Amino acid sequence: MAGHWRTRVGVVSAGVMLASTLGACGSGSAATGTPTLNWYINPDNGGQAAIAASCSEASNGAYAIETSILPSQAAAQREQLMRRLAGNDTSIDLMSLDPVFVPETSEAGFLAPIPDDLKQTLSDGVVQGAVQAATWKGELVAAPFWANTQLLWYRKSVAEAAGLDMTKPITWQQLIDAAKAEGTAIGVQGTRAESMTVWVNALITSAGGKVIENPDAKGPDIELGLDSEAGRAAAKVMEQITAAGVAGPGIDNRDESATANLFQQDGADFMVNWPFVYAQGKSAAEGGTMDQAIFDDYGWALYPQVTAGQESAPPLGGIDVGVSAFSEHREAAFEAVQCIVSQENQAAYMLSDGNPAALEAVYDDPKVKQEFPMADTIRQSLQQAAPRPQTAYYNEVSQGIQDRWQPVSGVTDATPGASSTFIGEVLRGEKLL
Amino acid sequence: MSSTTTARAGATAAAPGKGRVGKTDRAKAEARLGWYLAGPAFVILVGVTGYPILQALYESLFSFRLTAPADREFIGLRNYSVILTDSLWWSAMLNTVLITLVTVAVELVIGFALAMVMHKVLGWLRPIVRTAILVPYAVITVVSAYAWQYAFGLTTGFMNAVLPGVGADFDWFANKWTALTVICLSEIWKTTPFISLLLLAGLAQVPDDMLEAAKVDGATARERLFRVTLPNMKASIMVALLFRALDAFRIFDNVYIMTKGAAGTETLSALAYNQTISRLEIGLGSAVSVLLFVCVLIICFIAIKVFGVDLARARGES
Repeated sequence: MAGHWRTRVGVVSAGVMLASTLGACGSGSAATGTPTLNWYINPDNGGQAAIAASCSEASNGAYAIETSILPSQAAAQREQLMRRLAGNDTSIDLMSLDPVFVPETSEAGFLAPIPDDLKQTLSDGVVQGAVQAATWKGELVAAPFWANTQLLWYRKSVAEAAGLDMTKPITWQQLIDAAKAEGTAIGVQGTRAESMTVWVNALITSAGGKVIENPDAKGPDIELGLDSEAGRAAAKVMEQITAAGVAGPGIDNRDESATANLFQQDGADFMVNWPFVYAQGKSAAEGGTMDQAIFDDYGWALYPQVTAGQESAPPLGGIDVGVSAFSEHREAAFEAVQCIVSQENQAAYMLSDGNPAALEAVYDDPKVKQEFPMADTIRQSLQQAAPRPQTAYYNEVSQGIQDRWQPVSGVTDATPGASSTFIGEVLRGEKLL
Repeated sequence: MSSTTTARAGATAAAPGKGRVGKTDRAKAEARLGWYLAGPAFVILVGVTGYPILQALYESLFSFRLTAPADREFIGLRNYSVILTDSLWWSAMLNTVLITLVTVAVELVIGFALAMVMHKVLGWLRPIVRTAILVPYAVITVVSAYAWQYAFGLTTGFMNAVLPGVGADFDWFANKWTALTVICLSEIWKTTPFISLLLLAGLAQVPDDMLEAAKVDGATARERLFRVTLPNMKASIMVALLFRALDAFRIFDNVYIMTKGAAGTETLSALAYNQTISRLEIGLGSAVSVLLFVCVLIICFIAIKVFGVDLARARGES
């Protein structure tokens, strides 16, 4: 009998424990009435977690934000988010989205529509490219948080020796000639990854073209602009880099990080890359792994032009914050978004993590100006920048480009046409990818 | 008396190849008990394997993108026709078959040598040697793939400095054949212990008195290996080959980590992943998965029917 009682007590205790555990897994605290918002973030140096904590505190109990970290690669982040959202996962309230995946997420109905009165607030004072990247079918669907852009980085001494006037816009041709004359390399990203699409898109848009002519169209109806004069101009830049022998070692497996290391280790004296390279160089110089003189020799300028006199269209990156359509705390989530993307938090994030703000006003912050001597160049680059193709089928387009434009040494005049045909077939469901 | 007779009859009925005719009550009861004990696990196993297979078969007949469920459309066998007429499928098939043949052949030879070492080594050295040989198999494939990638990587690696005749700027992952070489090496390093473990079990089944008799009859070590040891291990070797071939044919991790299919190193599993997970084209991806499953079934069929792999015999049930 006593045994039976012990069993019953055990079962009841286990049930109570299970119930309390499951309760804790829920997205709200019944005791305090404060909804817990789950924010899926891309990995960073802890800046987003710090913003989550400060916004939670500032909300005075209106909400509490918890962060969950997504994989490091943008494509893997998308895979995880899409699978969860397709399963109507209510555990996602907020998500840090790479702007290239905003159209697909919105088109699938996974993003909660932004209230009309908020749209203006979230886009006021934000660089145009970042607003454009967060917009789908004419509506702002996510809040621009930070807006990355690539610059041309160079060794001042080498540029000077090559006779380049870095106060004026530089063309790819000038860079190639200078690198060849100085026996150095240009750090570009040739690996089969998103960085390849970033480069191809920047070259095509800088040449006045577009990768997609009708981004709103359904997959099979998409018209590609790859097979064009701009596409061939982009291919020509790549051909010339390999023909001149200035691509540097391992170009076919080089991403942004490997390019930064190559530049740091004197393997290339010019490179196109995101601003994180400055913080990385500074840290290496302070840590003693790189000579301070090398870091002092770092120079920066706007992204190179494809055609002399035609303004370049630098790559645009960054992160937008979206609210899940399946969030059970939508109102609180939009309140939290306003806090996350506030000018104060964007400035703090730029200082803590080195990621450029989407709000133009941040670049006038004295602390930002002091920490980022290239802040004005970044701002100008963001104003000139062009987003990558905005389409709900971005993954197919991007992977198709990576497939046909890689290896860089294999790029010819025929590559734009071949990639256009291939991506068209993939979008019509006639080819594997 | 009666019970003894029943027991004998039961034993006879349970013998292989006797069929159901003449089963005694006891044999029937034992069979029933067997089903009671194994039945639930069997049902669950069939459920967890059978359901996804049937689901994949069903989905493969649709044009279905996860982010556009409203556009779902029945298209019959069109996905299969797209796949089988695509050169990417055949090049991935060729890569997969090549990786399977090379890795399994090399692993069999090295694995047998390692199994002999584990079998022969005596005393306090035995557990140390066995553990040392089995360590790579305990490493997670993704970790092992990263280790090999870092070792051969241009900026992180040391292999270019160590290997004679290789330039410091040589990029192993920029060329199909060199990339496949590193992928195969990683695969061989990681899974040879598995094959050696299976072969060690086979070696243990070779009767010592048979080897002694051959020795007494004047057989050389080579003759004892090829005429006594190997023929007696045939069942274990075939099972090891079958298991590893099935495993190697589904290679994914090493390719995903090292090249992501670049430089023409795409394999069938990577292709299925790309369509299903990256593109979210559930219909097309399911069709690739179904075709991959059919390939695995064909390998099983060839192994069991053509080469006569006997799984029961390999377990020592004969």
